Amino acid sequence: MGILVFCDHDNGQFGAATLNAVSAARQIGGDIHLLVAGDTSGTIATEAAAIAGVAKVLVADGAEYAHGLAENLAPLICDLASQYSHILAPATTTGKNIMPRVAALLDVMQISDIIKIDDANTFQRPIYAGNALSTVRSDETTKIITVRSTAFEAALAEGGSATVEKIGNNGDSGLSSYVKSELSSTDRPELTSAPIVISGGRGMQDGANFAMLEKVADKLGAAVGASRAAVDAGFVPNDYQVGQTGKVVAPDLYVAVGISGAIQHLAGMKDSKVIVAINKDDEAPIFQVADFGLVADLFDAVPELEKELG
Amino acid sequence: MKVLVPVKRVIDYNVKVRVKADNSGVELANVKMAMNPFDEIAVEQALRLKEASGAEEVVVVSIGPAQNQETIRTALAMGADRGIHIEASHDIEPLAVAKLLKAVVERETPGLVLVGKQAIDDDCNQTGQMLAALLGWAQGTFVSALEVAGDKAKIVREVDGGLEHLEIQMPAIVSVDLRLNEPRYASLPNIMKAKKKPLDSLTVDELGVDINPRLTIVKVEEPAAREAGIKVADVKELVEKLKNEAKVI
Repeated sequence: MGILVFCDHDNGQFGAATLNAVSAARQIGGDIHLLVAGDTSGTIATEAAAIAGVAKVLVADGAEYAHGLAENLAPLICDLASQYSHILAPATTTGKNIMPRVAALLDVMQISDIIKIDDANTFQRPIYAGNALSTVRSDETTKIITVRSTAFEAALAEGGSATVEKIGNNGDSGLSSYVKSELSSTDRPELTSAPIVISGGRGMQDGANFAMLEKVADKLGAAVGASRAAVDAGFVPNDYQVGQTGKVVAPDLYVAVGISGAIQHLAGMKDSKVIVAINKDDEAPIFQVADFGLVADLFDAVPELEKELG
Repeated sequence: MKVLVPVKRVIDYNVKVRVKADNSGVELANVKMAMNPFDEIAVEQALRLKEASGAEEVVVVSIGPAQNQETIRTALAMGADRGIHIEASHDIEPLAVAKLLKAVVERETPGLVLVGKQAIDDDCNQTGQMLAALLGWAQGTFVSALEVAGDKAKIVREVDGGLEHLEIQMPAIVSVDLRLNEPRYASLPNIMKAKKKPLDSLTVDELGVDINPRLTIVKVEEPAAREAGIKVADVKELVEKLKNEAKVI
């Protein structure tokens, strides 16, 4: 029995988180097949076939798969399920949307957001915003799993030579249809895979002040993130949010600016290698997780930081 | 249209959880409990639909021990019309919750089920999608805007890259995200009124659902604590440390 990994992609290229899910599959052990479902998925299938460790790429082509609609994708995955011991997807918004639907159709209890693999049946996952870690064993015939990408190294995107096999469609459910997307465009690295992240919180006071963070980000090649408070206040769009229910990041360096450090924010960044906190309140909880804390007014410290970085 | 809103009783989000000494779970005794924050948002949205004449009745359902009736009363005090309590003694996995909710949906025939996108205790993010699967309904997950028009609903979803607009067929399951609305506080008169609102009890047996857990909890542990860091005096020292000590820039 092999492992099926659901490939998260945007019809242009596959999402980086897919590579982390492939690594998790390799740790479990067994033949790894990748499912690429989309509209004219040919190029993605070719790229996917080059991922190290993948034996076979299954391609389902059709307009009904173009936008990751769970109502169309779940039956497709279920039809394949009997051939696999495990079905994995990255814990992206796409994976989180589709996999529980698959699990329920198969009458399987899903294991969400795994961060460690003990053996092929036993997995560790965070609960209570990462304030506790739960190790669970599943005896289901097919394990349905989503993978937290920051917990697994990315598989190499080249070096593999998987066979590509076309599979049939099972049509449009007619239950939901795609209208449009409003995607943030940026030249900066993607938040969840950037080596350096600089995030702003309520202390930024205004969306326009994020320009200060962007200048620092550009000097460091960093991504820009935000706390929930900053997103709720409308300073920046929702896709900036780092936290329990937003994005989980674990860069080499995380710089928290004007962020107090609520539990739900810490849940999204406390596995970063080095954490810097800049906050004028020296009692702020963020300092309890920071390797380097600077008690200062961010409106002085951030421009100075930009200057110091040369 | 009737709107059904499942609500979960969880440890209050302000409480720092403690792992039990025997590593069997998290300490729940004498800990402040509250309605899952995402479920509050779902209740609020149902009430807004009702106020805009988009819903006739708002029914809340909660699964768990007797104390869950307090959580239902909270939703009734916010303005929901009626409660259903499904008595269950222990932790129930999302798959079993979805099966129980399916049984409730078949009895109540709502036109819309509004659920929180995830519970802040187990962080599973599964129940809504599973319920949609079991019913064969459309699912709108992580929703930050909802507009119901006849047998269709227009939704906006918060996705990794930004926002996504979908149109879904009703009846549907909609799982709500943080920015859909800001839940109201219950006023004192409404808290009093809520005590008189109908609250029915059902048992798992009556609904005919097997709720035995599928997963075995091997252990629950505290995560490794981060070592305390240092405070730097100024930006110069910070940059020097990052360059020469941490070597990350």
